[in-house]
Amino acid sequence: MDVSVSVVEREKGASQRKLFGSDLVLPALKQAFVMLRPDIQWQNPVMFVVEVGAALTLAFILRAWLGATKGPFPLGYSVALDFWLWLTVLFANFATAFAEARGRAQAASLRSTRVATPANRLLPEGGTEVVCSIDLKPGDLAVVTAGEVIPGDGEVIDGMASVDESAITGESAPVIREAGGDRSGVTGGTTVLSDRIVVRIVAGFGESFLDRMIALVEGAVRQRTPNEIALTLVLTAFSLIFLIVVVPLWPMAFMAEQYMASYLGLSTPLQSLGTNVPTLVALLVCLIPTTIGALLAAIGIAGMDRALRANIITKSGRAVETAGDIDTVLLDKTGTITLGARHASEFLPLDGVTMHELQVRAALASAADLTPEGQNIVKAVLGAGVPQNEIAAPGNATFVPFSAETRMSGIDLPDGRRIRKGAPDAIIARLQTLGGTPPARIHALVAKAGEAGATPLLVADGARALGVVVMEDMLKPNIAARIVQLRQMGLHTVMVTGDNRLTAETIARRVGVDDFLAEATPETKLSFLRKEQAEGKLVAMMGDGTNDAPALAQADVGLAMNAGTEAAKEAGNMVDLDSDPTKLIEVVEIGKQLLMTRGALTTFSIANDIAKYFAIVPALFAGTLPWLKVLDIMDLHSPTSAILSAVIFNAIIIPLLIPVALKGVRYRPIGADALLRRNLVVWGLGGVIAPFIGIKLIDVILVALHLVA
Amino acid sequence: MWTLPILLIVVTILISIPLSSYFASVMDGRLKGPRVIAWCQSRLDSGPQNWKQYAVAMLIFTGALFTYGYLVLCLQPIAPLNPLGRGILAPSTIFNTVISFMTNTNLQHYSGDQSLSNFSQIFFILPNMFLSASVGFCALTAIIRCFRGEPTVGNFFVDMWRVVVFIYLPAALIAGVVFIWQGMPMTFASQHSVATLQAGAMGLDSHGQAVPQHIIVGPVAATIPIKMLGTNGGGFYGMNSAHPLENPTAISNFETTFLMMIFPFTLVLMYGRMLRRVRHSVVIYGVMLAMMIGVIWWAINFDTLRPNPAFTGTPVAHAYHVADANAPGGSLAFTVPKVASLPVDQALGNLEGKELRFGTSAGAVFAAITTDVTCGAVNAEHDSLNPIASISPLVGMWLNCIFGGKGVGMINFLIFLIVGVFLAGQMVGRTPEYLGRKVGAREMKLAMVALLVHPLLILGPSGVFAATPWGTEAVANPGPHGFSEIVYQFSSSSANNGSAMDGLGTTYGLNNNPSPAPEAVPWDIATGLVMLFSRYLPILAPMAMAFYLGRKKPAPASLATMRDDTWTFGFLILGTILVIGALLFLPVAALGPLAEQFGPIPFGG
Repeated sequence: MDVSVSVVEREKGASQRKLFGSDLVLPALKQAFVMLRPDIQWQNPVMFVVEVGAALTLAFILRAWLGATKGPFPLGYSVALDFWLWLTVLFANFATAFAEARGRAQAASLRSTRVATPANRLLPEGGTEVVCSIDLKPGDLAVVTAGEVIPGDGEVIDGMASVDESAITGESAPVIREAGGDRSGVTGGTTVLSDRIVVRIVAGFGESFLDRMIALVEGAVRQRTPNEIALTLVLTAFSLIFLIVVVPLWPMAFMAEQYMASYLGLSTPLQSLGTNVPTLVALLVCLIPTTIGALLAAIGIAGMDRALRANIITKSGRAVETAGDIDTVLLDKTGTITLGARHASEFLPLDGVTMHELQVRAALASAADLTPEGQNIVKAVLGAGVPQNEIAAPGNATFVPFSAETRMSGIDLPDGRRIRKGAPDAIIARLQTLGGTPPARIHALVAKAGEAGATPLLVADGARALGVVVMEDMLKPNIAARIVQLRQMGLHTVMVTGDNRLTAETIARRVGVDDFLAEATPETKLSFLRKEQAEGKLVAMMGDGTNDAPALAQADVGLAMNAGTEAAKEAGNMVDLDSDPTKLIEVVEIGKQLLMTRGALTTFSIANDIAKYFAIVPALFAGTLPWLKVLDIMDLHSPTSAILSAVIFNAIIIPLLIPVALKGVRYRPIGADALLRRNLVVWGLGGVIAPFIGIKLIDVILVALHLVA
Repeated sequence: MWTLPILLIVVTILISIPLSSYFASVMDGRLKGPRVIAWCQSRLDSGPQNWKQYAVAMLIFTGALFTYGYLVLCLQPIAPLNPLGRGILAPSTIFNTVISFMTNTNLQHYSGDQSLSNFSQIFFILPNMFLSASVGFCALTAIIRCFRGEPTVGNFFVDMWRVVVFIYLPAALIAGVVFIWQGMPMTFASQHSVATLQAGAMGLDSHGQAVPQHIIVGPVAATIPIKMLGTNGGGFYGMNSAHPLENPTAISNFETTFLMMIFPFTLVLMYGRMLRRVRHSVVIYGVMLAMMIGVIWWAINFDTLRPNPAFTGTPVAHAYHVADANAPGGSLAFTVPKVASLPVDQALGNLEGKELRFGTSAGAVFAAITTDVTCGAVNAEHDSLNPIASISPLVGMWLNCIFGGKGVGMINFLIFLIVGVFLAGQMVGRTPEYLGRKVGAREMKLAMVALLVHPLLILGPSGVFAATPWGTEAVANPGPHGFSEIVYQFSSSSANNGSAMDGLGTTYGLNNNPSPAPEAVPWDIATGLVMLFSRYLPILAPMAMAFYLGRKKPAPASLATMRDDTWTFGFLILGTILVIGALLFLPVAALGPLAEQFGPIPFGG
């Protein structure tokens, strides 16, 4: 079963169920009022302008009410205006508060796994004592047996167990966690289903990765992303520009009143809405980009929240945003493109070596190899009918464990034989240093296996080559389709593998990646990454091993597997709780969605202004230049109803767009140009047209309800 | 009717294509020229400059130009080449004029033939026209070099030299020869005295003799080519290009119009060639051309093809209500009565204030183009355009990037482009990029500063002048028309255009002028300051923006990046410009031209 698909489905289900849960709405409503405090509102400059405008209008109402001045316009009109101005601010605050509440709810569900549990702490002098998980310190060792809850984030240092991680990932299938190798990371709150493991705790209670993330999501220390900062700046500048437009309208309207009075031969000047300060405030509020200003914070929080729902924990909102900009994706062959465990499909002995001898030596050499590959060779040898006792290593043998550096593993037997199994070039190099000459046939065998897309491993005994073990890779189901999807998203896919060139090339061709990096070591991976970055590209990669840490840190988006080592998790800027390498696609999509949503709502917000002008400008001068009615193409009922309708539209569009802000504008991998055309039509042209319809509709309703004169 | 604009546009396009190649090779320094020119250039070369040094050099140069201009104008009464004994201009007019010519605006609060001596024409007007026109050109070149990621942006003085010597001088020489052939004066003499055909047309002197007509002449053919090529627009004569000696024939009119279009057109393509993004620049060119065709169409359609509303009268009576607190119900009803139209055949459109020697549409076409390319020369009275038609020149100045002035038009376009890319570019799901570089907060800050200056300097002073005696006592026609005049004056100053809707009493002229306009001094000072700020801020901020953008590492284009050489991109930028432009200026357009057009005519005065 494809893990990522199930996660996406689960996320969809969750978001539909929860979008407007009343448990979230009420506290958010309350918070919306709290956020009216100027020192908080100030953080959103656009809405702060609205708040100041609303307060100013209130002052005018009070002045009129106390009888200081008697304007020509009914007090009810100003009160209605002010009511909707305050509502505009509250809607904006609600959008932010609601998004924060949703994030907090998600964080709370994560935190529920962080309850205190009993832990068996391993004492230095042997034996265990039962302590509370809260009291565990980093570096403590804890023993966890079947049925127990792992007391904290840590690394398995002994044993192997199947672990139920559904509490944090939602995935019910248990996963294997074992010492050594790259699947040693365990998360506090998950349950061991079988066997016994010893875990070295790496984070104290409340300091774990999850805890830090929870704090981040809760918005306590929410940092704005660079793009968000730039957008806020632009929106503030637009507010300033519209202030420049609106303020001079007062003297201009005043002049119009003067000369119309003289034209009509009146002794006192006319008074139009153009010199009515609450009306000018309404015009300003309608013009400044309140829609995006109100939803900007919500969009950012929702982006992090979406990532969280996809079981990805990001260290910063910035990482999610960067994901949308990724140019190149490094995909580890093993685990991402192929099913991690390779299968020893063939044993090919060289001349003068029996099949039995090769199998026994291969199994011995793999005894200390904890990688799935090594384990699989042993399994295959046993499966071929070789008795267990023949491949049991003598007690006093020295094991040489597999390392990514040497790319071989082996055993030094007491009788002096040094058996090694590993990557062909590594073994051949070893044969040559030991004075042996690798038989010519070896190259043919290796090449043949490589061409077929399999990985050949050489087995040697001292300076003598024994034969080739062919390890076959199974492609993950659907992987080719996902690669196509990545390409459509405009990403350059690079497969990274320790295999030789030939093998790598074959697999690369089979799955359709753009490029591959063969015989990769952590160093070559890092240098490749740096080279791509030097060309101005942004690179994403995922990794789980400690040796991936430098590259994860260097990458612009480093997605670490939760099952991976602590070093990898520390180095990356995201952690995938599902440990599903194909998650990078979702990460990129979430990033793109985030940026698209911002762009779409900004464009919509600015495009809306055209219609508002056609409603408000004729209304402003209806009292002085009545023939400007020709501009009133919506044919609104009266000047005051025109202005009220525009203000009401401006306010209610905010809650109407909250779902878009939270769910995001859908990303389609159809290429940038087609996407831009599509969004320009929907949000640009739509943004011009929609308010014409909306304002007219509101005007009709206001008239039908006899709410306006 | 349509032949003139179509021919103009086609000819300009055809010539701008090869010319842009030449411009690019000049500005890239591939053209060396004769040894003496190369020697002079090497003397000027103070070494490569970074953008700040370049900007400082530009400002110092401008300061020197200001001082020099002030000196020349102050010395006019005592300087040679002044047989008519022109006095000194009024102090505020000198301030205004020096800034006007330094900033390539050429707003003239004086009448050239009445107030300036040949000395001032040759030593003030002429060098200013060459040099101020080169500043925008150099600034664009520096911006291009920033975008190319070069650490230094060239040398301001070398660029200046190249522009003047390799581009303006040869072009102006060729153009001047054609003008002389068409009958433009070129002489050190100051006036011809001729007997009028109708004896005594100019009146009789104390002896009862017919006074001869004095026709002012001078080195006209020297200043007019650069007046048009440099999109300066400051006329030798007060009547500018409507004067028969400044624009003698239909051929000279075509040449005049062509000259002001050619360099702004060419510079867009030069931008593409120097950046090796010709297709991108073609899209920009297309967007600008679409807008230009739009405003030319507007001008012709509403001026040449529509009757003058002052003559058509009001066919039916209209009843209106205005808000009047003293009237019952707060609303006062009044009727604009039916007015019979005057018996005037209006088949040829609005002919008021047109120079009909050039055809009926020449005035409208010229009005649209001169404001698009911020030239500011006029061959018709903009004050007499049909009110709704006057939106055409106003839009040209408000947007200020329909090709625009040399260099600065392209720079202004870049500001809209960056804003458009930033707002809508995110809709492809990436951080907005231009030329492969991510547009961040710092670049946007600078772009927004540049975007803000123009509306601030138009709307702010317009508001102040509309409601105070500075404006109300200066306008010839109260009401919407007077308001249009005020807005036009500040739009023209802020766009560094220099044309005027006239009708405004802004002329102080000579210091010994017995009856200066009552509000001339505030107008001189206000428009002077507007010209000053709106010239340099929108050059410096984009230069800084280009520098910060240019030093970022460009990312190679992929399927996921927004392409900047497609029609989609063109529509995006066009939409951005039109929407932002409309949002900024729709209210003043409504209060001025629209209120006048739809209101009772004649209105007020």
